[in-house]
Amino acid sequence: MSHIVIGRRAITRRRFVAGTMAAGSLAFPAILRAQAKTVKVGLIHPVTGFVAYNGQQSRVGAAMAIEDVNKAGGIKAMGGATLEAVLGDSQSKVEVGVSEVEKMNEAGVAAYIGCFQSPVGIAASQAAAKYNTPFIIDVGASDLIVNRGLKNVFRLKPGFGKCAEDAIIALGEINKAAGAPAKSAVLVHESGEFGTGTAKLLAGKLPSIGIEVKELIPHDNPTRNMDNIALRIRAIQPDILTMSNYGNEYTLLARTLHQQKVNLVGMFSVLGGGFNYKLVKDLPDVAENMMDYNHWFNPKSSNAQGLKRRVEAAGSLFTFEVYLTYNSVMLLADALERAKTTDKDKLIEALATSTWSTDIVPYGPTKFVNGQNEGGRAAALQAQKGDIQVVYPAAFASASVVFPKPKYN
Amino acid sequence: MLTPEILVAGLVNGLMAGGIYVLVAVGLTLIYGVLHIINFAHGSLLMLAMYAVFFLWRKPLGLDPYIALPLVIAGAFAFGYLVYRALIGHFSHGKDENILLITLGLSIIIDNATLFFFTGDTQTIEVTYAGRMISLGPALVPLGKLVSFAGALLLCLLLGLFMTRTDMGKAIRAVAKERQGARLVGIDVEGVMAISYGIGIACLGAAACLLMPTFYVSPSSGHAFVLIAFTIVVLGGMGSFKGAFFGGLIIGIVESACGLWLGEQLGQIGIPLVFILILLLRPSGLFGAAR
Repeated sequence: MSHIVIGRRAITRRRFVAGTMAAGSLAFPAILRAQAKTVKVGLIHPVTGFVAYNGQQSRVGAAMAIEDVNKAGGIKAMGGATLEAVLGDSQSKVEVGVSEVEKMNEAGVAAYIGCFQSPVGIAASQAAAKYNTPFIIDVGASDLIVNRGLKNVFRLKPGFGKCAEDAIIALGEINKAAGAPAKSAVLVHESGEFGTGTAKLLAGKLPSIGIEVKELIPHDNPTRNMDNIALRIRAIQPDILTMSNYGNEYTLLARTLHQQKVNLVGMFSVLGGGFNYKLVKDLPDVAENMMDYNHWFNPKSSNAQGLKRRVEAAGSLFTFEVYLTYNSVMLLADALERAKTTDKDKLIEALATSTWSTDIVPYGPTKFVNGQNEGGRAAALQAQKGDIQVVYPAAFASASVVFPKPKYN
Repeated sequence: MLTPEILVAGLVNGLMAGGIYVLVAVGLTLIYGVLHIINFAHGSLLMLAMYAVFFLWRKPLGLDPYIALPLVIAGAFAFGYLVYRALIGHFSHGKDENILLITLGLSIIIDNATLFFFTGDTQTIEVTYAGRMISLGPALVPLGKLVSFAGALLLCLLLGLFMTRTDMGKAIRAVAKERQGARLVGIDVEGVMAISYGIGIACLGAAACLLMPTFYVSPSSGHAFVLIAFTIVVLGGMGSFKGAFFGGLIIGIVESACGLWLGEQLGQIGIPLVFILILLLRPSGLFGAAR
């Protein structure tokens, strides 16, 4: 855990008092009350361990958002208080994530933001509930995160329930428009809360769009070898393969299927952990025409494009973790402005009644119901010629969908 | 729906995977046999070797992982030798527990340094031949896997010949068996230990070259193989070269067969079951010396 002030130099009480004494203004004690203080924000992400990349990307987004807030004058309603990041590493482990909550509570954080992995988010936000401290889930798909009646938990992005529901509608429409070439599916998922939960939801909904579920194939993290899974898929011969797994296994499975030339009408993941610019850049042949229903920025927003350029100039890829965490910090900053304090009850109330909006993602104004923002939505994406295009919904689409996928020779 | 064709194909897949396990485990068992310690840095050094393959493949060098094989093996040997000379031999003061702590510390440093310098991102290499399929009976095997299996067997054979036919091989075996006796007959024990550690790490270099066309590297990817390598070393008999060889192949096949039969997740139970069963029947492992 470490403390960092990003974008502005911290003003200490001693430095401020020395300055005011020199100015001979001791007769104005009200000035002391207006002293700019800092608001500590606990950032818990997996920056080591098997999903370290995703956690590091979230930190990039958080750092940029804190820099932007502080450069714009901090929290004005609190006398220009600056945001201070208190960094925590969950090490991709639940128990470490929880211990970071405890340490950050001792450090006096006003709110937490995290945790990328659903199991860590569930446990860490529960630990934060003991101290009535607001916890904003930036990335974390499981709906258990917001279904426990905890008043301190808020999630800006849609969970896997909403994503699966919308993804099925998108896949149904894409399939129908192509003359319904997909009639069966196999679901491969990681065996944790995220993968299992998403796969179960999809398996329940796929028959509603005329796609029969042939088999659900779970796998552990990490998995050394996807050959047997490819073998099973080849034997079952489904039209659609849906994948719900984290980055490494997502890439390994996609690559194995490509190397073994397994023919499918389409590969359609929901919240696919490895579907990003890195995949389409490094393995363009593997990624070509793969589809994913996931969080995405609004390609028609100049703010999103500006942030994308800035992130790329800093040497990072503009993955969903970056802008989801960026937005989570901005949401907190907005709540602090309205609460005018770090008092936990008031801050929770400000978040619960938030109507904050941004055009970086295709969301409407925030509306939290039991901690879940009802205004969030994801989009159907497709890898096309080394780039990622939004192919659904039409209002945000940047390209037409390629479906069915061309067969291997 | 376990048809004979799928079963055969699955077993072939397991055998191919076993080849890589053999290489990783042979390095580990060699280090154990000579130094009498478990090399906790084994997974981290495998990961480091995989990064070396990745950076050699990337432009401007553009070296194919199979062409880079001799270079990576030589580099890994030199790195292992230097690590022993500069760190392990220097700071262990002849105590096995110190060696254990040094390798553990080395592992932590390597993991965090790679995370710092290379980030946690997943890196892959794309070679055109990796997608070519070879028909082995009813099984279709990717060329990359077949080459890695054949390469692993060939390297094990060469290592076996080195250990049995050369003076250095005999010296390594002498040090492994009786360190004090070897010293009395004039063998440079410290030198042999450094060379043994270097050979163990060179095996990881070879495994990295054979793995990368079909796998990926990230700062945690080495650990996916190291736990299974520890299992193989104990199952085959600690310090036994033959044990690591057959143990690796057995574990590869068991893992694949159980994955097919019980599913990829539950199928992992096959490895500890076979491990316990073998140790029940032969407590010192398949080829371990009885105590």
